[in-house]
Amino acid sequence: MTTQTGIQMRTGIRPISAARRATDRLVRVLVYLAFALAVIPLLSVLWLVVKNGIGRFDIEFLTHSMRNIGARDAGGGAYHAIIGTLEQVLLASLIAVPIGLLTAIYLVEYGEGGRLSRITSFFVDVMTGVPSVVAGLFILAFWILALGMPFSGFAGALALSILMMPVVVRSAEEMLRLVPRELREASYALGVPKWRTIVKVVLPTAFTGIVTGVMLAVARVAGETAPLLLTVFTTDSINDNPFDGPQMGLPLYVFDQAGRPTDTAINRAWTGALTLILIVMLLNLVARLITWWRSPARRR
Amino acid sequence: MATSTRTGESGPAVRRSAFRRSRGDGPFRFVSTGAGIVLLAVMAAIGVFLVVKAVPALQANTSHFLTEPTWQPNATKPVFGIGALAFGTVLSSLLALVIATPVAVGVALFISHYAPRRLAAVLGYVVDLLAAVPSVVYGLWGVAFLVPFMVGPSKFLNEYLGWIPLFGGDTVVGKSMLTASLVLAIMILPIIAAISREVFLQAPKMQEEAALALGATRWEMIKMAVLPFGRPGVISAAMLGLGRAMGETIAVALIFPATFTISFQILGPYGNSIAANIANGFGEATEVGRGALIASGLVLFLITLLVNMAARFVIARRKEYARAAA
Repeated sequence: MTTQTGIQMRTGIRPISAARRATDRLVRVLVYLAFALAVIPLLSVLWLVVKNGIGRFDIEFLTHSMRNIGARDAGGGAYHAIIGTLEQVLLASLIAVPIGLLTAIYLVEYGEGGRLSRITSFFVDVMTGVPSVVAGLFILAFWILALGMPFSGFAGALALSILMMPVVVRSAEEMLRLVPRELREASYALGVPKWRTIVKVVLPTAFTGIVTGVMLAVARVAGETAPLLLTVFTTDSINDNPFDGPQMGLPLYVFDQAGRPTDTAINRAWTGALTLILIVMLLNLVARLITWWRSPARRR
Repeated sequence: MATSTRTGESGPAVRRSAFRRSRGDGPFRFVSTGAGIVLLAVMAAIGVFLVVKAVPALQANTSHFLTEPTWQPNATKPVFGIGALAFGTVLSSLLALVIATPVAVGVALFISHYAPRRLAAVLGYVVDLLAAVPSVVYGLWGVAFLVPFMVGPSKFLNEYLGWIPLFGGDTVVGKSMLTASLVLAIMILPIIAAISREVFLQAPKMQEEAALALGATRWEMIKMAVLPFGRPGVISAAMLGLGRAMGETIAVALIFPATFTISFQILGPYGNSIAANIANGFGEATEVGRGALIASGLVLFLITLLVNMAARFVIARRKEYARAAA
């Protein structure tokens, strides 16, 4: 600002009028205010989750299920839900990552801007917008009602994988496009076939980036509740087998406990939320750390 | 054969490249193309299976599905319709959009043009964290904190702005359409902000500098050089946010009072949405009830599909945005 007025004085240009300066100031204040407005809910959520959740965040919570524990009873935990979430997310990744990665390879290496690749690319974008509850309904209609399969952790994993796929495709695609063309050409020049070039040169180069993308995708689906509600159902007992019978998931546990009208249940919901946020934030952080740790290495 | 192509300098290049492709490349190309097709098939299957499972319930319905407001699919004579639910979905999402878009554009401008360079990336990450909070946590926060908190402001709005139909009505509660829309607004804000930010960052630097050189203030520069360039991007970002708000389930399922009344009084004890009704009604649904929920999910799927495709179309028209929305 000071340099501007200096220039104005030297060149004899009249200073900016008061009204214009006032508008500029006003907009500046509004923009800062908007940012503050966006951060307030984040701080409020995190603060309340930590404050209300820390009380029950103990060994019992992490090692016990809700079996034979009524809404009014104290105690109980989310062990069954944590187990369920880990299994469901792992299974979902096992389905979504290969399909998503191969689709990304198709789009980058084989698509060549053809009609099919353009349609696929468009629908990957559209797929990111499929509401999570619709993914759950689809698995309910297809897997449980049409094929007659039971509610299970695996059904939930199928629903989650639908939500994961487009995220994996997009992030992997971006990483594959970052691989320098020269690397591929050097490999071709040595007589290496295209598929071996992809497997041995392109994928290893993009590996850390792809891992980051996958972890962000995992973090996103780990917090999904609606599809689980329709496919995994709920249970208060420990069910280690994701292929048979209702399971629990951590987000589902929070929803279930939050719907019960007693303070002990609400407290369990807060602690469940704290555990869930810790898991999701941890995944996010690890993903960011991988990118951060990776970036100076690339410059070398 | 391998030696002959390697030593045969005079051999046509075309044949050599054809040879390179023929070894193992076919299966790999086949598998990766197949994965892309699987993805398309899943999208198609979603539509097909929702229709297949919705039809029996729709045939059992004794009322008109698209206009009937009540929802009693579990009764012996099933009566249900999407009327009130669709109304609630659209109204709450639009309200969320109206609340979130100005704030999100402000946030995007803050990060792209106001914040100190070094801080901008970190602050952008902070806003992205809003999107990392699971929706059920927002729901819990909404029920336990925002619902009681909103009683005061809602009474205030009702008392002083009650002449506006939206804020009118005799009963004012915290568990209202307004509270649900606020939570939705918080949830879609990071998406709109992230895309708008990318678009604003891509505004031509030359034009910005030219505006400043002609003596424009920072706001005038933004008004002349950044906003006109970014407008289509912001519009499509808002539409993606709208699609997200419509499909949002668990947070609003905990907050909506789950009535089946069509009312514009956003402070009153009314409000529901298709997604929230699926989450709340699934537990006790009979066979027809499940079919009815699937039918309502089909409507939600179609609405969000249209909104998303329109948004993607706007983005795709301008190539320079393609990266921002990925």
